[in-house]
Formats: sequence, C-alpha cells, structure tokens
Amino acid sequence: MGTRDCRHICGESSPAVGEAGKTGEWRDSFPVIDPEKCLLVRQNKPSCFLCWLYCPDAVISKTIPIQINMEYCKGCGICAQICPAHAITMVREEGLCLDETG
Amino acid sequence: MKINAVNMTEKEYLLPGNRTCPGCALSLAYRHILKALEGQVIVTVPASCLTVLHGMYPVTSVTVPCVNTPFATTAASATGLVAGLKVLGKEGLTVLAIAGDGGTHDIGIQALSAAAERQTDFLYICYDNEGYMNTGNQRSGSTPLGAISGTTPILGKQQNQKDITAIMEAHGIPYVATANASYPLDLYEKVRKARTIRGTKFIHVFVPCSPGWGFPFSDTIKIGKLAVETGWVILYEVEDGVFRLTAASESIAKRGSLRPLREYLMEQGRFKNITEEQINELQGWVNTRWKRCLDRAVNN
Repeated sequence: MGTRDCRHICGESSPAVGEAGKTGEWRDSFPVIDPEKCLLVRQNKPSCFLCWLYCPDAVISKTIPIQINMEYCKGCGICAQICPAHAITMVREEGLCLDETG
Repeated sequence: MKINAVNMTEKEYLLPGNRTCPGCALSLAYRHILKALEGQVIVTVPASCLTVLHGMYPVTSVTVPCVNTPFATTAASATGLVAGLKVLGKEGLTVLAIAGDGGTHDIGIQALSAAAERQTDFLYICYDNEGYMNTGNQRSGSTPLGAISGTTPILGKQQNQKDITAIMEAHGIPYVATANASYPLDLYEKVRKARTIRGTKFIHVFVPCSPGWGFPFSDTIKIGKLAVETGWVILYEVEDGVFRLTAASESIAKRGSLRPLREYLMEQGRFKNITEEQINELQGWVNTRWKRCLDRAVNN
C-alpha cells in the first residue's frame, strides 16, 4: 500500500487568459478609435490613458496608439463614454441574430 | 508621488476574458485593488460575484492566490490565514478579505465584527452592489428604500440600507474608508494606505451593477459619479479617529452643493416604482448624513 500524494491538499486552479472563453463574442457593438482625435496620438507622449484606466477587463494596452484586444473586449462602451476627446465611438456588430433587419 | 493614469503600473493581476458582465464596476475596482497591492496578497472570497470573476476550477482569471470560503466565514478565514503566515514567519504579504454586501452586511457580519474586535491584522473590503446580484438580485441589508429587487418585485424594498462603514468605525479599528469604482485613483490610494497600517482595516467600495440596477453597460462610471455628486455615496477616510473627506466629496464640500438625489434615482430602472414620499425620505437621509460628515471633516 503506497502513501497518498499529498503535495496538493486541495483543488488548485491555474491562472489563464480567457477563463470564460472568447468573451469578445458577447459584444453587440465594438469600439472604433479615431487616432486624429486621440490626445495620446496628437501629443505623442504618455498622457491621458483614461480608457486604459477605466477598462474593467484590462483589454486596452498602455501604448501609443492604444490597442484594444478584440478577442476579449466585451463591448461595454465605458471607454467611449470616458474619452475626453470623444475619439472612441461604438459601432454595432453586423450579422447578429439580434438585428431585426438581418 | 501622487498616482495618476500615466504613472500607474502596467502590470495586470486580473486577466482578460473573465466571467463578469460587460461594464462590471467590481471588475474595475478589483483590478485597481490588486494593482495597489502589487500581487503581494492572499485573497479570501466567499460566495459572491467575485467568485464568478475568479472562475471555475481548474482555471482562474486572477494571478494571485485565493481561498474560496463559505459565505459566513470571510473574516474567520482571513484570521486563519494571518495566523498561518505568522507561524510560517512570512512577512510582507497582505491578507485581503473581500466580500459583497450580502457577505458583509448580512451573512458575514458576525465573523467580521469578531475579527475587528480581536484587531486581527488584515484588510477587509466590502464591494457594495446593493443586492445579491449573481443569484438573481435578491434584496440585501444594503438595498435602498424603494428599489425593486428579486424578492421585492412590485413595490420595492420598504426599508433603507444600513451604514456598514459607521458600524465598522464603531469597532475602533485604525482605518476605515469608503471608495467608489468610478474614482479608481482614490480607491488605489486608500488601498495603498491601508496596506501599511497594522490592525483590521475596512474599505467600503461602491460598485454600480448594470444588470441589477437597470442602466446601460456604458453608464457604469456615470452612475458611480452621480452617486457621489448627489451625496448618495460620500468618499471619506477615518484614520485613527481623524475624519477626512476625499476626492470628489472633498471638492463638493468646498464648492458647497449636492445635486438633487432624484437625478441619481431616475437614471435607474430599479427605482421605477418609487413614490414621492420615498424620494423625500431618501433625500432627507442623504442630507442628514452629508451634514454630519461636513461637521466631522477636518479638511472642510
């Protein structure tokens, strides 16, 4: 009779991106950035970053220009609301079964 | 150095693709809480929306160690973690107990009160979305008067919420604060400060809930800011008995005018059946509390 493997005394999870799958599939609209309006691009130095700060899902990169990870962006639209230069607009996804015209 | 969006660390402890609803204020608040603690933390979480965020076995969307505990035992398990770390001689780790309003105002208050009385050295954060949101929006001890919930579906709740921060302050613990997910920098600084203090620390974080309260996902930040501007939420900290208003509440106190509470209530679907008397009662409650805070604040 052997001894039990006691290295793990309880169930352990490992961290991974996309725990709930590709959450980008939840979107009904997606953010589009207008670089000409974005303060970061216009000043070309680290400033503002409010969209990065307020993104609940941490899918916006802290770079110039910002990049949005569309695989996981849930399309909540907070970035579009918070942007002081109105550089982000939300555009409806096409081809969803929600579309009445579809 | 004062923290801002430019100098805040890029390192994320909350990974994309987690299970929270779009525009979740809890997800936003938790992201900044973990940033403030720089990953040097052991988290203990009861049944709540945060358990949903942490994910299903064997995958998790958070890169810090976390213990899942039964509903009533958040503070008790934190006490155990603190004792364990002490025996092992590990220093520099913060024990963070984080529970929802159900797990704090209602189910977890006994364990929390006992831990605060023992002055156990951990940080307790209550994130308050004013109901049991992940099980179907049942009313909790934090649901406001007149709000429609899963268990008060027609007339809305007939009682007002209890002031958990005042209850915790009455325990005489060294640090008590309120914060709001719509003011992440203020939240970040409060967590940073709480981390350096020994003893039981309590932070109440207001997190608007889009599906539960009935407003669009994109308005999460707007609703949170409106709550502060109308005085529904007052941002303050009490450090060793010294009361200070912070962030937007401090500037409102200096400028001297709250917006009518009606503006905040009318933005949300859960208040669609609220009566005029109830609005007046809530406004009176807000006015009394705001006056009390102004009288106490040292920086007013």
